[in-house]
Amino acid sequence: MNAPEQLKYADIAAQPAPGRQQQVVDRLRAVLAPHALLFREEDTRPYECDGLSAFRQLPMVVALPQDESQVRAVLRICHELDVPVVARGAGTGLSGGAMPHASGVVLSLARLNRILSLDPLARLARVQPGVRNLAISEAAAPHGLYYAPDPSSQIACSIGGNVAENSGGVHCLKYGLTVHNVLRVRGITIDGEVVEFGCEALDSPGLDLLAALIGSEGMLAVVTEVTVKLVPKPQLAQVVMASFEDVRKAGDAVAQIIAEGIIPAGLEMMDQKTSRAVEPFVKAGYDLDAQAILLAESDGTPEEVAEEIARIEQVLRGAGATAIKVSASEAERLRFWSGRKNAFPAAGRISPDYYCMDGTIPRKNLGRMLVAIEQMEERYQLRCMNVFHAGDGNLHPLILFDANDPDQWRRAEDFGAEILEKCVEFGGTVTGEHGVGIEKINSMCVQFTPSERETFFALKRAFDPQGLLNPGKAIPTLARCAEYGKMHVHGGKLPFSELPRF
Amino acid sequence: MSAQALDELRDRIRAANAARTPLRIHGGSTKDFYGQSLGGEPLDTRSWSGIVSFEPTELVVTARCGTPLSDLQAALAEQRQMLAFEPPAFGAKATIGGVVAAGLSGPRRVSAGSVRDFVLGASLVDADGELKRFGGQVMKNVAGYDISRLLCGSLGILGLIAEVSLKVLPLPAAERTLALEIGHADALQQLNRWAGQPLPISASAWLDGRLSIRLSGAAAAVDAACSRFEREFSAVLVDQSDAARFWSALREHQLAFFDGEMPLWRLSLPSTAPAFALDGAQLLEWGGALRWLRSQADALEVRRLAGAAGGSATLFRTSDRSEGVFDALSPMVAALHRRIKAQFDPNGIFNPGRMYPEL
Repeated sequence: MNAPEQLKYADIAAQPAPGRQQQVVDRLRAVLAPHALLFREEDTRPYECDGLSAFRQLPMVVALPQDESQVRAVLRICHELDVPVVARGAGTGLSGGAMPHASGVVLSLARLNRILSLDPLARLARVQPGVRNLAISEAAAPHGLYYAPDPSSQIACSIGGNVAENSGGVHCLKYGLTVHNVLRVRGITIDGEVVEFGCEALDSPGLDLLAALIGSEGMLAVVTEVTVKLVPKPQLAQVVMASFEDVRKAGDAVAQIIAEGIIPAGLEMMDQKTSRAVEPFVKAGYDLDAQAILLAESDGTPEEVAEEIARIEQVLRGAGATAIKVSASEAERLRFWSGRKNAFPAAGRISPDYYCMDGTIPRKNLGRMLVAIEQMEERYQLRCMNVFHAGDGNLHPLILFDANDPDQWRRAEDFGAEILEKCVEFGGTVTGEHGVGIEKINSMCVQFTPSERETFFALKRAFDPQGLLNPGKAIPTLARCAEYGKMHVHGGKLPFSELPRF
Repeated sequence: MSAQALDELRDRIRAANAARTPLRIHGGSTKDFYGQSLGGEPLDTRSWSGIVSFEPTELVVTARCGTPLSDLQAALAEQRQMLAFEPPAFGAKATIGGVVAAGLSGPRRVSAGSVRDFVLGASLVDADGELKRFGGQVMKNVAGYDISRLLCGSLGILGLIAEVSLKVLPLPAAERTLALEIGHADALQQLNRWAGQPLPISASAWLDGRLSIRLSGAAAAVDAACSRFEREFSAVLVDQSDAARFWSALREHQLAFFDGEMPLWRLSLPSTAPAFALDGAQLLEWGGALRWLRSQADALEVRRLAGAAGGSATLFRTSDRSEGVFDALSPMVAALHRRIKAQFDPNGIFNPGRMYPEL
């Protein structure tokens, strides 16, 4: 059980030996067209990071297969030559999960971008991994169906990446995450074998390897096909917008909605810093005097929505809302949401850079968390906007900084790490939906004990004994945690430190 | 409940691992009939019992494995909440650990999701007797591989599931059951059509030409759907208490359909798979995605049909397990199972043979 960890490739920045690139390129040439194989710096540069641009690493090679047989061939060669492989979808991930390995191959699935079949009666779509999340819903729309998980990047992000990260979205309290909406995944193991997890029925015999694969950040297998569930589009959606003079009261209001037995389709909160940052930008008519704004959406049949909206309004009034507006039209509903959906770009407008965190906490600790973040703003001398998937406890604090000032970035990173430690302390997790990737790997040392991390490595070994798939991500080694532990003194001491740089 | 009970379980596991003595983990033993074979020295989880935390407004309950399912359900009902996957108990002594290990869900599964969909976290006692926690008590959590969902339905072959955190949901504000007369193939067709429309169907069951439909949700939505089913499909409203008894009897396999010694097959199929012309009686659930079959039909033939339709066939209750209870896994998936088992339980002490003879 306690076999040594596979550490060979854990150092993502380790440069390849001389001649190695040529050797790998020569072999891959036999299976990929010239335009599908990139290895000159000017060609590989666009792949050096994903949506988390603060972490960059040039890959040794980028492979762009166009079908499953090429994916298999690339994996077989990498397996034989002992080359790390980093699978990549649309590159919109926010945790550096697709950041390349210096001596590895980036395996882009972007060209596997076809919807293979869509069955409206069975409510299933079989798609290739490079298909965009929103493209599935667009294809299903003529049948009155859609794919429910809607990460904010859904215009661009791919379903393969959604499977790797177990992506969520603003509607997941009611409609679930990727793991709840995918029935089957076909993938290729590191040794080039085709393997299918799940099927088009609701369950399969044996262990639930599909659940283990979803959210495994490209470390167990490379996804080549996904069968997703499609669900009926609600006939109507309406949103209630409520103002609160106190963030804590807004948090209590959320708990009271749930206590009333209501599961809103979306339940989001933003603080005053956020509403003031987005209002000039979106002109949604937000109450700028409110300390917190709560958005609660109801969807379903017109009868259902009318009943639920009335109940939500009643709860919000009872919980001390200072103002309440209900969207009277689809245009108004979208306008109310526009600020929440544009919080990230708005942060980019008022600050040169921002750093988005992704912890989840039990909702009851929201007030304490926001107070703790306020204190951190003082301590790190950086501002932080707070948007919050209030229904499911997922926080997205946006730390504002200027990347041109290395000290600001260091403070932002430490600020973020401290927020995540607080999330664990409050009974939550360091990542709700963005994944661990490279970004939060140190925070995993705080959330899991060495023996728990060993169980993760045990599962990894069963799939990829050589540790070639996306090495150095998601699960920190003992050595890495020991180093992190030395630098970060827990228990309220200031965690200024020099983290390893990539 | 003192932590001593857990320490004793851990000590037993450590000793069994050292001596390479197989263990048979069990709670109320209500699902002993399910699976390939029972072997090993009994390890009773019921000493480690009790609800650890339940916060209705967080929609999460955490309970120790030996907690009786009925206790847990009573605590939830007091707060007008429920386990939305509607687990079958198959006996008064069922425990929540057994529910998660078996991974079986009831009639509401088709709309709400399966037990695995509601697992938020679990703690595991591994072969070394170490206690490890995975997942947590929050709805969204992608830190590390999803070990807690991997444990769900594992039949205890990876270790002792010591504690679980489950998402709970409010009881529906309104619930009505309707029945209509319809043939087998037409029922399948209609169920799939309805599932593509925004209707509040929370359960369905077809047996002997009669289709029962349960509607759950906001009162206004349930009323509107009721009228539509009455108007368009001549459906008849079923008395509330009769309906409650029916769904409970269906879930617990107490309908006459389940009586007798004839082998009971559980077919898990794409909901649109055609009606099989097999000897014996069939009962459809989950909008056609779950089909119970009482039949003496040749096992190979049943498996071939289910496999060809894209699903699987399980000998759910039978006196003869020699043909294998579960479908054979594909060679790649079987190899992964063996490797995972070897990593988690190298001495093979946890429920050996319960899922497959070689695991």
